[in-house]
Amino acid sequence: MKEIEELFLPDNVRYAESHEWTRDDGANITIGINDYAQDQLGDIVFVELPDVGDTFEKGEDFGTLESVKSVSEIYMPVSGEIIAINKALEETPELVNEEPYNNGWIIEVKPNDPDEINTLMDSSEYLKMLKGEE
Amino acid sequence: MKELQATSGLIFNESLLWEKGKKGRRGFSMPRRDVVPFPLAEGLAGDGPDFPDLSEVDVVRHYTRLSQWNFGVDSGMYPLGSCTMKYNPKINEREASLPGFAGAHPLLPPELSQGALELMYLLERYLAEITGMDAVTLQPAAGAHGELTGMLLIHAYHKSRGLHRSKIIVPDTAHGTNPASATLCGFNSVGVESNEKGIISTEAVAAIMDEDTAGIMITNPNTLGLFEENIRGIAEIVHSKGGLVYGDGANMNAVMGIVQMGKIGFDVMHLNLHKTFSTPHGGGGPGSGPVCVKDILKPFLPVPRITKEGDEYRLFGDFPESIGKVQAFYGNFGVMIKACSYILSMGSEGLRRASQLAVLNANYIKENLKESLYLPYDRPCMHECVFSDKFQEGAKITTLDMAKRLMDYGFHPPTIYFPLVVHGAMMIEPTETESKEDIDRFIEALKAIVAETGKDPDLLKKAPTRPKLRRLDETAAARKPHLAG
Amino acid sequence: MRYLPHTEEDVSSMLHAVGAENIDDLFSMIPGNCKMANSLNLPEALTEWELNTLMDSISKKIAVSPAYKIFMGAGSYNHYIPESVSYLLGRSEFSTAYTPYQPEISQGTLQAIYEYQTLVTRLLGMEVANASMYDGASALAEALLMATRVTKRKKVALSELIHPYYRDVVRTYLEPGDYEIVELPRLENGRTDISGVAGMNDLAAVAIQSPNFFGCMEDLQAIEGTIHESGALFVLSFTEPLAYGLFKNPGSQKADIVCGEGQSLGIPQSFGGPGLGMFACRMKHVRDMPGRLVGKTTDMDGRPGFVLTLATREQHIRREKAKSNICTNNSLCALASAMYMASVGGTGIRELACLNYDKAEYLKRGLREAGFKITFDSPTFNEFVVEFGEDFKYTYKKLVEQLIIAGTPLATWYPDLSGHYLLCVTETMGREDMDTLIKEVRS
Repeated sequence: MKEIEELFLPDNVRYAESHEWTRDDGANITIGINDYAQDQLGDIVFVELPDVGDTFEKGEDFGTLESVKSVSEIYMPVSGEIIAINKALEETPELVNEEPYNNGWIIEVKPNDPDEINTLMDSSEYLKMLKGEE
Repeated sequence: MKELQATSGLIFNESLLWEKGKKGRRGFSMPRRDVVPFPLAEGLAGDGPDFPDLSEVDVVRHYTRLSQWNFGVDSGMYPLGSCTMKYNPKINEREASLPGFAGAHPLLPPELSQGALELMYLLERYLAEITGMDAVTLQPAAGAHGELTGMLLIHAYHKSRGLHRSKIIVPDTAHGTNPASATLCGFNSVGVESNEKGIISTEAVAAIMDEDTAGIMITNPNTLGLFEENIRGIAEIVHSKGGLVYGDGANMNAVMGIVQMGKIGFDVMHLNLHKTFSTPHGGGGPGSGPVCVKDILKPFLPVPRITKEGDEYRLFGDFPESIGKVQAFYGNFGVMIKACSYILSMGSEGLRRASQLAVLNANYIKENLKESLYLPYDRPCMHECVFSDKFQEGAKITTLDMAKRLMDYGFHPPTIYFPLVVHGAMMIEPTETESKEDIDRFIEALKAIVAETGKDPDLLKKAPTRPKLRRLDETAAARKPHLAG
Repeated sequence: MRYLPHTEEDVSSMLHAVGAENIDDLFSMIPGNCKMANSLNLPEALTEWELNTLMDSISKKIAVSPAYKIFMGAGSYNHYIPESVSYLLGRSEFSTAYTPYQPEISQGTLQAIYEYQTLVTRLLGMEVANASMYDGASALAEALLMATRVTKRKKVALSELIHPYYRDVVRTYLEPGDYEIVELPRLENGRTDISGVAGMNDLAAVAIQSPNFFGCMEDLQAIEGTIHESGALFVLSFTEPLAYGLFKNPGSQKADIVCGEGQSLGIPQSFGGPGLGMFACRMKHVRDMPGRLVGKTTDMDGRPGFVLTLATREQHIRREKAKSNICTNNSLCALASAMYMASVGGTGIRELACLNYDKAEYLKRGLREAGFKITFDSPTFNEFVVEFGEDFKYTYKKLVEQLIIAGTPLATWYPDLSGHYLLCVTETMGREDMDTLIKEVRS
């Protein structure tokens, strides 16, 4: 397990309390799990993805990540409609561990409210939250 | 420290079955053909399965070699919490393989199967006596199957009163089969937390018990090895709102002849014959999970039930409120014979003594290891005790590392990472069949391992090194499953 | 007592170490009103020799072959079990081992079960098989629940020719959920009438047994299309897997889930249990499958080995969201059947299946020639139904006195087939015994 100082928490994304990251890519938002989450979960062996077209509210679970000995839900940081899922994760779930912010992305969402992403934490606020939690 | 228990020896590599053999070999004595071949209708015959052809020598060597890679109770101690890996008496095997028992067809007219019915009837009576409950079904195949049966009984009970209750209360220390069985029966599991003493309080149950709750599932003694002292109060609360109490009897080994389960508030409970009653674990089964009930649930028991009229035993199926069947026939009869033989061999004093010694062994281990390993509940335990890896956190050594290193010392690891309420849990249950010397050796081994965490933690990180294989890549196995050859 | 190693000395020394005066002190935390007032009322402990005498006498009060000639099948079958199999099963490294959660010291069990899984896939023609379930009946119930998960539908269709006790178990399992069970009737030829399925589009599964309860082989090729067109999964159940040593396997007939009883393959009848629930399905559904699975992998030195895998489906991880609640399964029975299949072999199993088939056909022909009607004209394996007539119950009793059990009467489960009997012949029945039966029923 990494120490807090060792975590990689880039500035170009915003963070949810449940450790998902969101990136504003223009019309849509890309979502994944951050370095803390992937480190805590360990080797991901399977990702259960929603279907394109599904809609979820903020805070609802939209999928699961499985490691060898555990299953974790993934929660929507914003409300919206799924417009793309990362099919590569079917064959190579390890991308979530290896490249959590790039090729390990999980879903692309069309947000109900394009400003909702700004209610999430930036990297320094998230870091503070983590330290408070510890 | 004396010479280590585990050493090394000549063990063999052995390929897979289909990598051996030669077409035309046979390991089976084909019975004599005394009838002519009859033609088979067009298009029905298949190619037959692609099995290897092996000689008897091939088969015997293959499985002999495979067996030598295994650890069993006959090899050494299994301190697995909540599994009760006690010695499996060999005489029980002799009884189960008696031709009259082994060759019995389940649908024989009852006049021709009196011996089988008699044995089951006796076992039902003995289990009713041991638990203090009113009636027994031997039909469930294992503990989880017994839990499902219990849930179905509770469901049927409420349904017979025109009620549809949707919830079951499940403690945070419950075995995973508890909520899984509740789900199979259509119930939602509602969690209740154990208190700082490691047990459930009446207040916690009172806070969530309502008239939409069918009942509570409670393991007693619980998976922390502690007696649920508030059980009678808890049962009262559940009963007062019309619910029923299900007892998970997996830990019965701590209380035989000491606690009367029938008077602590249980309406229904299961037993594990492959735990408490010494039947062998078989590498994962078969087990047997009889369910014992109070009169209130008798009408709903699975059918057929064994009755005795005079000297005659019968199978009786006319119970209109019965939940039906959970197995095709009557349960795992072959396992029942072994449990019945065990009870007859031990007698009432023997069973009580077994529980007393199981509890003594566990407390002895607890006292001797509490300086080396963190003991979250420092109180007298029952037949098992729970430690954690808290002291080893600084050295970055986990419960898993210590468990793997124990194998190099010649012991099967304890139960790890369960119950969930203790982070990094290590649950140790020696059972009564382990001698003081073997337990002392086990204590010494764990102390040595804890000392290694300070001096040479790599020994743990790289463990085990003595068995046939080192740690296996479970990630690859789950990512790219190869489940058949 | 020879299973309790503690001496008085051991006990006092240990009591001293834990700071207790006597053993009862260890139970002081238990409230008085939970404790037993008296000791258990059980028979006095028996010596090993007394136990043997008692069990010998009880076991003799059961009618078994070879003394009795028992023409019964109906879900439990008398097949020869090689002594080598019984011997190997007795190796305590197999029988006294725990579930292989610690793979490094359980490779014996793990490789053996991986081999079992493989042999089952080959026998049934399927892609993946689990490490066992309790019996054929509960396996069928779990198969139907799995189908409801996969299809997200709640209705299942069951043939009335599935073993009556299997259908009972299915009803018990499905009762609490809001599932619907539809029963498919039979045709005059002893096979299932699948026509009702064509009108339904809300079925999760259609379950057929083959060979069915009457011993008839169902025409799987003919019915598979109808089942799949309805969007349902094709669930194939069986009680006699030896049939697949001879007949086309269920996988080749496009079954989606195959489940049944493996007792015939090396497991004693033992009054109905323990048996062996065999369970196989398509790889694409594997994450919805119940039960343990053994998978192949390597250790950290690159050596091949085996582990329990895909455990996130199971109760110890997924708890209330698990695919099933099953924990302990019938592992040692699975091992027995693997040893049996290895001993009989590919060439042998075909020969053995043919022998079963031919012997049953011999009895069928003999009874037909003696003037009895063979109720159903579909092809059968080693069981078939014959009409002996309503009055046969008197002859049946007389035959029992001659140590012959002339099959299983069907009236209990199929009232319109009163007077019809299900007869089973395996490789254990000699021709003279069949000739005797034919002679006796004729007169």
